[in-house]
Amino acid sequence: MSKRKSKETSSVNGECISQVQRILRERFCHQCPNGKLFGVQLQYKHLLELLKRTTIHGESNSALIIGPRGSGKTMLLNHVLKELMEVKQVRENLLQVHLNGLLQTNDKIALKEITRQLQMENVVGDKVFGSFAENLAFLLEALKKGDRDSSCPVLFILDEFDLFVHHKNQTLLYNLFDISQSAQTPVTVIGLTCRQDILELLEKRVKSRFSHRQIYLLNSFDFKQYLKIFKEQLSLPTEFLYKPFTQKWNKNVQSLSEDRTVQDVLRNHFHCSKDLRSLHMLLMLALSSITVSHPFMTGSDLLEASKLYRMDSKANIVHGLSVLEICLIIAMKHLNDVYEGEPFNFQMVYNEFQKFIQRKAHSMYNFEKPVVMKSWMRLQHFNFSFSSSESLSQKRSMVDKLC
Amino acid sequence: MPNFEHPEYPEATLLHLESMVPCRESQVSSLLSVFGERQHFSFPSIFIYGHTSSGKTYVMQTLLETLELPHVFVNCVECFTSRLLLEEILTQLQNLSSENKHGSHVPCDTFNDFVRLFKQEIITQELQNQTVYIVLDKAEQLREMEANVLPGFLRLQEMTDRNVTVVFLSEIVWELFRPNTGCLEPFTLYFPDYSIVCRDLKELRHLAALNFTKYCEPVVRGEANERDTRRLWKNIESHLKKAMQTVYLREISSSQWERIQQDDGEPGHLKGLSAHAHVELPYYSKFLLIAAYLASYNPARTDKRFFLKHHGKIKKTNFLKKHEKTSNHLLGPKPFPLDRLLAILYSIVDNKVAPTANIFSQCGTCYTDWKEPCLLPIPLLNRSAGVLFLPWHILPQETKGSNTM
Repeated sequence: MSKRKSKETSSVNGECISQVQRILRERFCHQCPNGKLFGVQLQYKHLLELLKRTTIHGESNSALIIGPRGSGKTMLLNHVLKELMEVKQVRENLLQVHLNGLLQTNDKIALKEITRQLQMENVVGDKVFGSFAENLAFLLEALKKGDRDSSCPVLFILDEFDLFVHHKNQTLLYNLFDISQSAQTPVTVIGLTCRQDILELLEKRVKSRFSHRQIYLLNSFDFKQYLKIFKEQLSLPTEFLYKPFTQKWNKNVQSLSEDRTVQDVLRNHFHCSKDLRSLHMLLMLALSSITVSHPFMTGSDLLEASKLYRMDSKANIVHGLSVLEICLIIAMKHLNDVYEGEPFNFQMVYNEFQKFIQRKAHSMYNFEKPVVMKSWMRLQHFNFSFSSSESLSQKRSMVDKLC
Repeated sequence: MPNFEHPEYPEATLLHLESMVPCRESQVSSLLSVFGERQHFSFPSIFIYGHTSSGKTYVMQTLLETLELPHVFVNCVECFTSRLLLEEILTQLQNLSSENKHGSHVPCDTFNDFVRLFKQEIITQELQNQTVYIVLDKAEQLREMEANVLPGFLRLQEMTDRNVTVVFLSEIVWELFRPNTGCLEPFTLYFPDYSIVCRDLKELRHLAALNFTKYCEPVVRGEANERDTRRLWKNIESHLKKAMQTVYLREISSSQWERIQQDDGEPGHLKGLSAHAHVELPYYSKFLLIAAYLASYNPARTDKRFFLKHHGKIKKTNFLKKHEKTSNHLLGPKPFPLDRLLAILYSIVDNKVAPTANIFSQCGTCYTDWKEPCLLPIPLLNRSAGVLFLPWHILPQETKGSNTM
């Protein structure tokens, strides 16, 4: 009887652990839209107001969401859109165009993508347009369909906005901001970028058409709030199937957040980088050690994860080099110190190496010059030193700087 | 009882996997735990780095094939442009679950098209419920492609909204990859080298294969038994030294080396590749070479002192005193004008040299006829003087006594 019971609990655990992994992995790696937002209530309200004005009241607008990498810009926007879509009028009318600076690398591709996302390929057909502006105007005109006297509101979302400013003449940006200022179609342009100096990159004519509305996401929470975020991120939702397990899990998380070692680990992490994305990576690493035999997270899991996350990669690579290569690196470092960062070449390093060999004749074999040369080339391959000038002479005289 | 435990995969598979990846258990178990179950999400990108021949490609391939996870394996040196790379990924993706192994070629110009086609392909292949792995080997080549390729791949999971993980294999650390404005950071995993003694597996294998027979010789001859390592080492030491100079530097090919070993004589004169670089030069060319060497390494100021019969002293300026430490030899050769070369030539040749066409042609042939150019002309048109100003630049060579006078 007891054996069967334990078998049942263990089988429940297996399935249960699998579900736990599924939910938490989706939360940490894939940023599911059901997650919670932290510390950005004001920005959330601001953005929601803005979009409501476009979609319900028909006003045109433009805004930029600025924040460092991993601060939650895309997540904020997705949350706002989700709430907006709950309104019936918006759901039926709003057209969204999502552009990304990494994908649409020039204006032609961007225009084709806009046409595709507005599902206007048939309408445009084989027409040839004189300029970008004409094409865009045609698209917006064509949005007025049927008996409507005004067209549907259009939302343009530009991810990696700072990459669009490098296009030729900033045509796309100019036209988008232009129609957001002047056209009859209610159009909102929202840009997301990680660069704080984005306004300096805009051309004058583009900047003047922009509304200068900026929403900043600056990771402005302190360590106490960070701990709270940690607890909330790691907790299972109450709707989770296996109720008794959920309670145990959440209690475990509570005790973890009060544990000193865990707090130290998190404090170290917090001092390195505040943003939530790195926290997610740390939690994901700790989560991967959860199995049926080890169902609850412990402080040592987090410690291990932290060590793995913060391994010094350069030290690792140096650890793998041969003795001759390490001698060469020491010689390069010595030269760097003596000559205060001036570039050096192979001959100088070889001389240093010879001096070292003569001093400690018995501890190292005196390698021939071509062998040392081969090690030198290997070090260059690993980017330990890089050439600072294009010189015509052969490899021996190439001037290098130590990374 | 295998070292790897995973709820998803049967024990037999895991045992088999363990046997195929010796000394890499900890890395493989980290990867297994990060991958999770088939339908679970994993890191959007994983960056694996380690030295040459530390087993990254082998372990990755073995792991993915043994566990039969849907994956695409691409070498970035083979597909060196973004177009080749993207098309290769899409073609391999097509071949994943189709019986017809030669799918049609999918044209893909830009990353935008790639994302769209990738999304469609995942749906047609019905792979939405499994993690698809894209492995990019020799990922350091990605830095040479367009700027949007690397950040694009790091974010592929987000952009395509599918369960895909991109794995980068590279010898260079992540810090040298990171784009300027930042990107989505991958999970970095280090593959340490196998042991202290053996660093470069390929090199070692090559040399070991060649030298092993020689190493075993004393045992074969009956002089020493297998465990007598000192005796064996003494025998092999001089041999390995010779090998270091020749085979390690690829001066002679491995077949030549094996032939020499079989002859069993003292490898007296091993004519390596560098031996062929010794050329007997004609009389004036030798002097030209010497004059060029002097011209490139001595600063122009010192010519007066060395080559004239009645010269004054040269005062050392402050600039010279400061930079006495770095000898000119270390800094490499410097360019010099043609007339300086000729002036030095006239002063070092004993008999009178007529500035005939012969001399000038030898200047030219120094460059064209020899396989390794010694004198490299850098033409610069000096418009103001109306004269072709030709600075010559000498490339230093191992002058191993070939220029006997």
